[in-house]
Amino acid sequence: MSIRVEKLAKRYSSQWAVDRISFDIPQGQIVGFLGPNGAGKSTTMKILTGYIPPTEGKAYMSGLDVEEQAVEVRRITGYLPEHNPLYLDMYIQEYLGFVARLNQIDSSKKAIEKAIDMTQLGKERHKKIGQLSKGYRQRVGLAQALIHDPKILILDEPTSGLDPNQVQEMRQVIKTLGQEKTVLLSTHIMQEVQAMCDRVIIIHQGQIVADGDIATLQSKQQQSFSVRLELDQACDLNKLLSIPGCQQADQVAPNTYLLRGQSADLRSRIADAAKAENWTVLEMRSETHSLEDVFRELTS
Amino acid sequence: MYAIFLKEIRSFLGSLIGYIVMGVFLLLSGLFTWFIEGNNVFDLGMAGLPTLFGLAPYMLIFLVSAVTMRSLSEEKRLGTLETLTTRPVSDLGIIMGKYLAAVALIAISLIPTLFYAYSVAQLATPAGNIDYGALWGSYFGLILLSACYASIGLFASSTTDNQIVSLIISMVLSLFFFEVLSLMGDIEWLDRIGKSLEWFSLNFHYESISRGVLDTRDLLFFGSFAALFIALTKTQFESRKW
Repeated sequence: MSIRVEKLAKRYSSQWAVDRISFDIPQGQIVGFLGPNGAGKSTTMKILTGYIPPTEGKAYMSGLDVEEQAVEVRRITGYLPEHNPLYLDMYIQEYLGFVARLNQIDSSKKAIEKAIDMTQLGKERHKKIGQLSKGYRQRVGLAQALIHDPKILILDEPTSGLDPNQVQEMRQVIKTLGQEKTVLLSTHIMQEVQAMCDRVIIIHQGQIVADGDIATLQSKQQQSFSVRLELDQACDLNKLLSIPGCQQADQVAPNTYLLRGQSADLRSRIADAAKAENWTVLEMRSETHSLEDVFRELTS
Repeated sequence: MYAIFLKEIRSFLGSLIGYIVMGVFLLLSGLFTWFIEGNNVFDLGMAGLPTLFGLAPYMLIFLVSAVTMRSLSEEKRLGTLETLTTRPVSDLGIIMGKYLAAVALIAISLIPTLFYAYSVAQLATPAGNIDYGALWGSYFGLILLSACYASIGLFASSTTDNQIVSLIISMVLSLFFFEVLSLMGDIEWLDRIGKSLEWFSLNFHYESISRGVLDTRDLLFFGSFAALFIALTKTQFESRKW
């Protein structure tokens, strides 16, 4: 296992920010760590990188204990903290040189070149970090995280605050990195997980509420089917409820209704009813659960 | 540790504040030693630098506090402490890198004043006839004193994320340990307690070394003083883990 977390817990004064969570991540997986703000994502990441110790439990990176073998763990881990802190008055190359020296890299010039290459910083390399746009700063943050060629990357909200193009580029970079490294990234944006990750761990109030690959997670939640129906005029809800198999009917917009039922053939029954009642159907669409619904259901 | 040492030196020499602080120090020490009427070299008529070595401890309080004020507080403010402490360096390595850089920078600022010493030596009759023991003793004393101030400054910097607050804490503490404790010895009703307190002041040991006599007790005092404040800094630095 690349990352192993066992009953990890962290208490801030009286509140449990992380409440005995456990998970395993095998080598080479990109895992999305999903949850609303304050769910305990950042705290878990800070513990994994050794910035703060856990109150209880254990965490291992490539088999190394994050508390007892902290220095060895740091050698194989790259970390991009939330808000991406950087020295604004340093030049990109100067900063990367500093980070390389901190990691005691022998061929630091080569490592800097490689990191600049991977994050496509070439054009801006001679600028001061303070002069860079947010997207480029984020790349510098990523470059410092991978300069020592770590086996594991911990990225805390790597795409927050970027414009759509930058988000796209950042995702591409992370995906490429994920081909050989284990990546744990946190986010509260669903599409991000769908776009990049092999697997998602949803955390809420310090506890894991879901863990699995995206498809399984979506189908697991899909216990009921819903159909969106738009008619040309208002219709009595009781009439809709009398359709066989329909368990729930709600008006969601003028002349538009959301019908829920247990089975998939609800649509054909609605069509039958429409024929019998002489309704004019403007639209009928079966709605699938998006990951967003899953997330909302689990964390509200 | 070396990476941090190097970065600190570079960032100080690359910033305007660094040169302003050093410039002010050299300007004031030069003015008082040579130009301002009353205690300058020519008024005293002696081939020595008593004015410089009398004033320097006070000016160094400002200089050292200004050098160390941002060392840890700025990292805290920017949040870079998180990227720094998750690298393969120990907390003590980070602190010592910053500490040694501060001491080195102050030693560099003192170098230009060697020119004053050379001038005084040339003015002496016959030329070169000055008390070299007292001169080198005083310089050594200043370096040791700066090393103690730097440990105070680093500690002050570790307590806050605000540079100005750090500067003020550092100056107040430095002044207390240099001057206030040493004045205790002059308060009559404190009697022996006052004398004991005076022994714990930096001034007491600085004066002793300035005479040109190297006493191991003084060296030990300066060493333990700096070590104490570095240990306090480390404790404060680790408080993020509590």
